[in-house]
Amino acid sequence: MSINRRGFFKVLGLTGAALVIGREMKAAPGGNGDIDFRGVLYDSARCKGCRGCEYDCAEANGLPLPGPAKDIPPIRHTSETKRTVVNEYKTSKGTVFIKMQCMHCSEPACASACLTQAMHKTKAGPVIWRGEKCMGCRYCMISCPFDIPKFEYHSSNPKIQKCDMCYNRLKTGEIPACVANCPNDALFYGTRRQLIKEARKRIVENPKLYVDYLYGEHEAGGTCWMYLSPVPFKELGMKEIQKASYPALTKGFLYSVPSIFVLFPALLLGIHQATKKDNQTPEE
Amino acid sequence: MSENNPIAIDNDGKPIWKFLWSELKPKGKIFTPFNIISVPIILLGLTLIVIRFWKGLGSVTNLTQEVPWGLWIGFDVVTGVAFAGGAYVLTFMVYILNMKKYKSIVRVTVLNGFLAYVFYAGALLLDLGRPWNVINPIIGNNFGVNSVLFLVAWHFLLYMIAQLIEFSPAIAEWLGAKRIHKLLSGMTIAAVIFGITLSTLHQSGLGALYLMAKEKIHPLWYSEFIPIMFFVSSIFAGLSMVIFEGSISHNVFQKQISEKDHKARTGIILGLSKICAGTMFAYFFLQVLVFIHNRHWDLLNTPMGYWYLLEMFGFVLLPMMLFYFSYRRNNIMLVRVAAILTILGIILNRLNVTVIGFRWDAAIHYIPSWMEVVVTLTVLFTEIWIFRWVINRMPVLRDSPSWASKH
Repeated sequence: MSINRRGFFKVLGLTGAALVIGREMKAAPGGNGDIDFRGVLYDSARCKGCRGCEYDCAEANGLPLPGPAKDIPPIRHTSETKRTVVNEYKTSKGTVFIKMQCMHCSEPACASACLTQAMHKTKAGPVIWRGEKCMGCRYCMISCPFDIPKFEYHSSNPKIQKCDMCYNRLKTGEIPACVANCPNDALFYGTRRQLIKEARKRIVENPKLYVDYLYGEHEAGGTCWMYLSPVPFKELGMKEIQKASYPALTKGFLYSVPSIFVLFPALLLGIHQATKKDNQTPEE
Repeated sequence: MSENNPIAIDNDGKPIWKFLWSELKPKGKIFTPFNIISVPIILLGLTLIVIRFWKGLGSVTNLTQEVPWGLWIGFDVVTGVAFAGGAYVLTFMVYILNMKKYKSIVRVTVLNGFLAYVFYAGALLLDLGRPWNVINPIIGNNFGVNSVLFLVAWHFLLYMIAQLIEFSPAIAEWLGAKRIHKLLSGMTIAAVIFGITLSTLHQSGLGALYLMAKEKIHPLWYSEFIPIMFFVSSIFAGLSMVIFEGSISHNVFQKQISEKDHKARTGIILGLSKICAGTMFAYFFLQVLVFIHNRHWDLLNTPMGYWYLLEMFGFVLLPMMLFYFSYRRNNIMLVRVAAILTILGIILNRLNVTVIGFRWDAAIHYIPSWMEVVVTLTVLFTEIWIFRWVINRMPVLRDSPSWASKH
């Protein structure tokens, strides 16, 4: 009996500890709704496909410069050496270009997946990667609905490469390199509210040019990078993904953790005591 | 009984280091078929591991940017942990429900579970790109508390400790440490209760890891119920492994098993097959419910649909019926066939979620390289080596020394 009592207190203590961890867990997900993050509005009706932003991005981030346009296939993915690419699609309204990079979700799947907080949603808006915390598990890559984080598979000290909206430039008051250097004014930098207002204005002023849809306003619970287009987004290879935030998908599971940690030990201890007494009486 | 176990007596009065040194020496034949096959593979695997850390993951694995988790996670970790589920199910039956019948196989199952976790956590380290930062989520400077992986990592760690405590009386008996033995035995129930709770959460947690990959997993395998599916299937996955592994080690380590335990074995296996049949029925029923709920009838008539039907009927429903008939007819051979089919079915299911159905639509399909397979075999063989070393020295299959059974 004394052993059981001791065991009971041990379980009690562990349950208490678990409760503390559980409570921390509850506080964390979501809650980004009120912050007016900064982001970029990309207007593919204005983009002429010069790919200047690819060069500016590579230069700003110390990555190899992309090759000349004639060697490049029309449709590419971002990679560990290219944080942004501009793709060319033949659509119902002729050739349309579209720039791909991290969407900087308001509630990023990658950051909620990261167990070391290496992927981090800054208050300013960019989702950044912090190498000194990252253990290279690549769970961010599994979770990202846009397949954005890229891993350096051929390095013994691999990094995750993805657009960080030029976070270091933002800190010194500059704007992202691609936005600063776009010759066609296709990129517009501002807070999400400003971006939505500007996008609506462009659609209203020129309803024949644009489809009446702002990609990124609600995708994945809202993203900081938003898109206007003259053709339906399907024709530009943009995925149709859920409107709710991705971290919400794991909320139900994470919320069940504290309750299981409280209920299970108590229940198990109870069954243990009950079955033990049952067995002893007839024998002795 | 103590005559069978000379260690406990030998050790009395002998310096501990001398005893440990003598125990490190190999026992039994050196050129067995298993050794001849496993040693070259382990050596090759270790070389590949050196290359992997020197030149990066890409030099050894076929992982892509679209499929960043391959065989090492999908098979070694996700599938391996499901098979280690036998430990929490059996400790639940023996220590919580007090089913004395199964007591003789608890130790070997817990040992198996413990080694499985140690080696699969080890396999996880091989897969980490920046393994020197692995302490970050543990020492507390970077708690990503809303990450499912954070939960799973912590549970692995805590569960390993719980299993070590559950197994520790065997180590104390081996060393002849009587006082510590009493203390450690007293901690068993707490460790068991804690361990079962942790297992429930991280068995399902491994499924929950994939919840955010909503559009990436083939819809026949993705649902918000993946965690529950993973948990329920871990019960019969673990027990099937106990049956399968038991039928091997009962032949290999025959000399160590007492007459009494040997006779009890048929009853144990039939009992386990009954539990397998029951949980598999529940699992199949859940799968049917989820399928009907998701309304993917149109997907059944596609190659992936046939693959799904094969898994559900060939590797869940069929072994379930075999388990059922085997205990109705007291047929041990049938139980073994059912256990092997179930094991194959679990491998199929876990790989379908994590590798085969993951980005099934990607332009470049991930197929593991031969080097990934060799490293996986290295992990597996090394585990078996350690397992054999422990079985030959500690009272796991054989009876405890007489002084130990008093408390």
